[in-house]
Amino acid sequence: MALALLPAVFAASFAMAQAGADRAGADKRRSGYQDMGVALQKMQDDDTANPGMLFVQLGQQLWAKPAGANNKACADCHSLADMKGVAARYPAMSKDGDKPIDLEGRIRLCRTVNQQAEPLATESRELLSLAAFVANQSRGLPITPPADPRLAPFREQGAAIYERRQGQLNLSCAICHDDNAGKKLAGVTIPEAHPTGYPLYRLEWQALGSLKRRLRNCLIGIRAEAYPYDAVEYVALEIYLMDRARGMVFESPGVRP
Amino acid sequence: MTQVLINAPKTARKGEVIELKALILHVMETGFRPGTNGRIIPRNIIERFTASWNGAEILRMDLSPAIAANPFVSFFAVATESGKITFRWTGDEGFVVEESVAIDVA
Amino acid sequence: MPGTEEGTTTRRTFIAGAALVSVLPLAPARATPEAMAAAIKEVVGDNAIREGRVTLDLPPLIENGNAVPLTVSVDSPMSEADHIKAIHVFNEKNPQPHVFDARLGPRNGKAVVATRIKLGDSQKIVAIAETSKGEFFSASADVIVTLAACLEDLT
Ligand code: HEC
Ligand code: HEC
Repeated sequence: MALALLPAVFAASFAMAQAGADRAGADKRRSGYQDMGVALQKMQDDDTANPGMLFVQLGQQLWAKPAGANNKACADCHSLADMKGVAARYPAMSKDGDKPIDLEGRIRLCRTVNQQAEPLATESRELLSLAAFVANQSRGLPITPPADPRLAPFREQGAAIYERRQGQLNLSCAICHDDNAGKKLAGVTIPEAHPTGYPLYRLEWQALGSLKRRLRNCLIGIRAEAYPYDAVEYVALEIYLMDRARGMVFESPGVRP
Repeated sequence: MTQVLINAPKTARKGEVIELKALILHVMETGFRPGTNGRIIPRNIIERFTASWNGAEILRMDLSPAIAANPFVSFFAVATESGKITFRWTGDEGFVVEESVAIDVA
Repeated sequence: MPGTEEGTTTRRTFIAGAALVSVLPLAPARATPEAMAAAIKEVVGDNAIREGRVTLDLPPLIENGNAVPLTVSVDSPMSEADHIKAIHVFNEKNPQPHVFDARLGPRNGKAVVATRIKLGDSQKIVAIAETSKGEFFSASADVIVTLAACLEDLT
């Protein structure tokens, strides 16, 4: 089918790869939003057409609902104003832990430690909805990863995974998302892989999903073994991608094909 | 918990043509897809969507499995009188959801 | 950047990857152009179908067939005496030919209905409008559906 397009795929490489380092001029980085057609951009922009907003609304209800042995709701400990900007600066180090956690991980911690409630399963509707509600409070804000030196080794680990060739197709994330971003792969535009919209509604999933799920899709796409859901590798990649997207506008809940 | 998002103006002039939009959380399982066990996942769709204005039906839609998950519908209506616009979705497995919004027509 | 030799290998594996992602899950049942014609016949009977008055809007490039925005607009005064009673949408290749039937009337003011549909494959979509005078107008569109890259694991 799209084979005819493919010789063009590797015809040239973009300087976009350097976008993270070389930002002296105008910001040329593109959110996946900009690679979509007008119809899907409109779907994301209109809050009553964006299916992600159904989950934001559910998250809002869960936010106010007491749970667990402490019978406390998220809203009992947090004001909504405190959540402004949080999603735009995660992952971060957990206070007492030695590991970085992403937004979903942070919410799961609050659920078990602060609410003393049943853990929320990864990719469960409840967890994603809460994350989408929290993330929505950062919509329109610039991505601002924290300057915490403890994150540095994880960011480096993420960068190394991003650059490393892997999978049966022996491809790295960088080959697609830096060298060939903007080109077509089987009719689909390869985006620059900026995590601007997560959790987001992917039409392919017909549901809301996390950045982790998106990363798993790409790993499986190159026939690499996806890490288990709780692997630190994902968080490392997320830290790297958020740093690479520093300053870009956070847009959760995004819509993507 | 069923999730519905409705977009309707809160006020309108008499005779004005307004746009109404409705979005609902629903899998719209086609009944044609095999599940991981190889067996066909039973159909589970919304079959009908209706909108009424103070009880009088203004739109009725019969949906098929070809409608996307989390169905979205937009349509128009003439603002005739103040009152309530009611949206109703019915479908497989006894699915019934009704949601109303108030509108002021001057 | 990789050197020439490495670049060549990469290109080959890349193409292999693209070919892999183009494998479509098979639908057990399929609508056909004939099934669509039969479904249309059920709606219009022996009446003539005329071109015109109906506009069928679909994005020129469909990035994912799971949710394709579709708008049908029909040119009509939408008065008691002269309005659109129904809009029917059909497709050729989804497992069945019906997409939706909308009943409307003068209370709508405008004969415009929008929704999102699933399209498993490139095909023809037909919209038919039925007027209060019993006439039928139609429009059709040929759509091209691209398949998502980097699909989900099925586990
Ligand atoms: C074979 C090329 C290819 C490789 C290699 C690849 N991806 Fe992707 N990636 C894609 C395509 C194509 C999309 C868009 C998918 C779509 O629209 O169906 C995508 C989407 C993404 C997105 C979503 C961007 C958005 O706008 O939401 C992220 C994040 C991402 N990839 C990260 C990665 C990471 C990290 C790796 C390495 C582990 C990787 N990708 C490897 C092709 C690739
Ligand atoms: C009993 C009080 C309590 C409850 C209930 C609670 N949290 Fe928390 N939450 C905290 C505390 C304390 C912190 C800060 C912990 C730290 O710094 O490690 C925190 C941190 C967070 C953060 C990170 C904020 C930041 O600025 O980094 C998020 C997001 C969050 N909570 C979300 C939630 C959600 C969602 C719920 C409901 C599912 C919830 N919390 C329930 C006490 C609570």
